[in-house]
Amino acid sequence: MEHIISVTLENKSGALSRVAGLFSGRGFNIESLSVAPTLDPSMSMMTLVTSGDDRIIEQILKQLNKVIDVIKVVDLNESDFVERETALIKVHTKPEDRAEALRIADIFRANVVDSSPTSYTIEVTGDVKKVEAIIQLLQPLGIKELVRTGRIAIAREPVRAASSHARPVAKAT
Amino acid sequence: MQLSGAEIFVESLKREGVKIIFGLPGGVVLKIFDVLHQQKDIQLILTRHEQGAGHMAEGYAKATGRPGVALITSGPGMTNVITALADAYMDSVPIVCFSGQVPTALIGNDAFQEADNVGLSRPCTKYNFLVKDVNDLAQTIKEAFYIASTGRPGPVLVDIPKDVSMNKTSFKYPDSVYIRGYNPTYEGSKWKIKQAAEAIMKSRRPILYVGGGVIFSGASEELRELAEMSHIPVDMTLMALGAFPGDHPLSLGMLGMHGTYAANMAIHYSDLVIAVGARFDDRVTGKVSEFCPHAKIIHIDIDPTSIRKNIHVDIPIVGDCKRVLRELNNVLRTTVNGDQKELRKPWWDQINAWKAEHPLRYEQPADGRIKPQYLIDRLYHLTKDRDPIVATDVGQHQMWTAQFFKLTSPRTWLTSGGLGTMGFGFPAALGAQAAFRNRLVLCIAGDGSIQMNSQELATAVVEKLPVKVFIISNQFHGMVRQWQDLFYEGRYAASYLHQFPDFVKLAEAYGAVGLRIQTPNEVDDGIREALSIDRPVFVDVPVDQFENCYPMIPAGGCNHEMLLQDPPELRERQAVGLKSQQEGKDRILTA
Ligand SMILES: Cc1ncc(C[n+]2csc(CCOP(=O)(O)OP(=O)(O)O)c2C)c(N)n1
Repeated sequence: MEHIISVTLENKSGALSRVAGLFSGRGFNIESLSVAPTLDPSMSMMTLVTSGDDRIIEQILKQLNKVIDVIKVVDLNESDFVERETALIKVHTKPEDRAEALRIADIFRANVVDSSPTSYTIEVTGDVKKVEAIIQLLQPLGIKELVRTGRIAIAREPVRAASSHARPVAKAT
Repeated sequence: MQLSGAEIFVESLKREGVKIIFGLPGGVVLKIFDVLHQQKDIQLILTRHEQGAGHMAEGYAKATGRPGVALITSGPGMTNVITALADAYMDSVPIVCFSGQVPTALIGNDAFQEADNVGLSRPCTKYNFLVKDVNDLAQTIKEAFYIASTGRPGPVLVDIPKDVSMNKTSFKYPDSVYIRGYNPTYEGSKWKIKQAAEAIMKSRRPILYVGGGVIFSGASEELRELAEMSHIPVDMTLMALGAFPGDHPLSLGMLGMHGTYAANMAIHYSDLVIAVGARFDDRVTGKVSEFCPHAKIIHIDIDPTSIRKNIHVDIPIVGDCKRVLRELNNVLRTTVNGDQKELRKPWWDQINAWKAEHPLRYEQPADGRIKPQYLIDRLYHLTKDRDPIVATDVGQHQMWTAQFFKLTSPRTWLTSGGLGTMGFGFPAALGAQAAFRNRLVLCIAGDGSIQMNSQELATAVVEKLPVKVFIISNQFHGMVRQWQDLFYEGRYAASYLHQFPDFVKLAEAYGAVGLRIQTPNEVDDGIREALSIDRPVFVDVPVDQFENCYPMIPAGGCNHEMLLQDPPELRERQAVGLKSQQEGKDRILTA
């Protein structure tokens, strides 16, 4: 099963490669990974999308915790979360396709962020389903280039006081 | 006062209580060696290869419990020490390795002898550092020793560029460390410990499965109390030997691939496995799906990733073995009701039957070739009163030593478990001898393995480290030959070593003493003679070439299905195999 894991880590050289090395060294999947500094510039926040059965996910969480540069690990699947991804899509447009490209962008509430006589660059943000759907629709027009940020996610605040929180996994060793 | 990086290095190590550094110099660490040379508090032992330095640091750490220190140069010095780092990582040995690096301005330029030391060592160290500024050096060294020796111990690398060792700054050694991402759990959950105690009281067929963690945490006393109080048999992993006395009536010896029959049967048929500081390695579990089919499993370990990594665990307890066992004993002491000995009597009757059915055994004919087990058995009996430190290399001789040399105290056993590093034994023994000049340190080596670090004979002689090395000369990579006998129809691909070199002459060439024991009736006198010499000794012991190590659980097999002796047709096949090897040799020599 797919899991989205958010990892707070030291914002210093080497920290990212320790996490990446852990995944490659132990044969865990990484489907996507995005990372950037947090409000506190000494830390980065990484969102990792991975998959595996319960036993593998348990190992991934523990192994992440074991990395000394990792400060906190949260398996977002343990609660409700919001996820987003942004894609920049450069579409080839023949004159007769230009209106169609704009129409598709409009349906997905995507923005045209650059245009040339033969292309549009469309920026779309949403969950994975939405990003994949627009890509599928634009494909027949001819996608020249595609860049995706990878998914980022954050836990939802509970609506009622008693609802469940994403639990941080105990940090040790 | 302003100190150079090299001076800060030395001052910091003094603050950490370091007495000995094992190392080998090179251009970018010369400044550090120069400063070391001008002081007396820390002894510098020059090794002849950086792998030797790494294993000596390991031997030192395993024998003393304090971090071992190695100091090596950039590039090839670093790549040479990698094996020792990987070995220490697998076996949780606290060592701190300092590597030289090209000057910061040249990093990334493919400078002379540049290597990405931090990148190379990342997957085989617990943590590593590149020090870019001399102002960070003292803090980094403090953190390195702290990380290496706390939690689950392990190797740490500190990479020091040349300019950092030359630059000056004021020195202040930090009193304490705080690393926000590193907080090992030492206390076990009280609630879980209570559950474990209940399970133990209810169990009719419990077994303690003990690993190296008991030694690192110094939990031997607590372990013994638990075993004795509740009459629980003790199985030890290769790494745990010495954690519990091998000659104790509750000890079943080693378990796993070459474990004793009783140890493997008992864990297979137990109803409760109490794993302490062990990690369910595949050499112990055999086929995972059929491991301990009837048992509930309690797992005590300081490393949460060890728990449920490959085996389902019913009662996981994350914490330091010593503290958890102490608490567990407290609970048991106050709540045990009824006679545990009586409750466990049928279990012990069964275990004693297994012990009697297939004890460890060998037959030494009076006039035949020396059996390797006989040599080890005699060495054990002739030295056990001296509580020796015993190192081994990797192969059959290692397994026989584990079986026959019944160690009784922790930190007397130096062997490479997880990585299985041939060439580990001799330098590890030297590291231990450097720490304990007056103790008896033995190394039981294979004629294959010893050649991987025999250059350290020079270190032994120059540093006056009187390690006694017994080389079990079977002219084969014996363990490989055993697998070829059993699983490759006796085709000895690249396992025959011929009779090279002459180990007596090799020792003499280095100024050490070389002896040879040829026949069974020379064994005792030969051992006594070696022990009487206060210098490093190589004792070459030509043994029966075809002896195989049993019991054996074939890789991926099940723990209760052990091979106990050679299949009947083996001797014939071995003779054919040897003949073809020797003919091959003749071709080489006459060509
Ligand atoms: C560095 C290294 N290379 C290869 C191996 C694979 N290997 C395991 S045991 C063994 C043979 C060891 O031979 P020897 O040291 O003579 O010991 P014996 O088994 O004969 O007692 C080999 C080659 C290893 N463990 N380590």
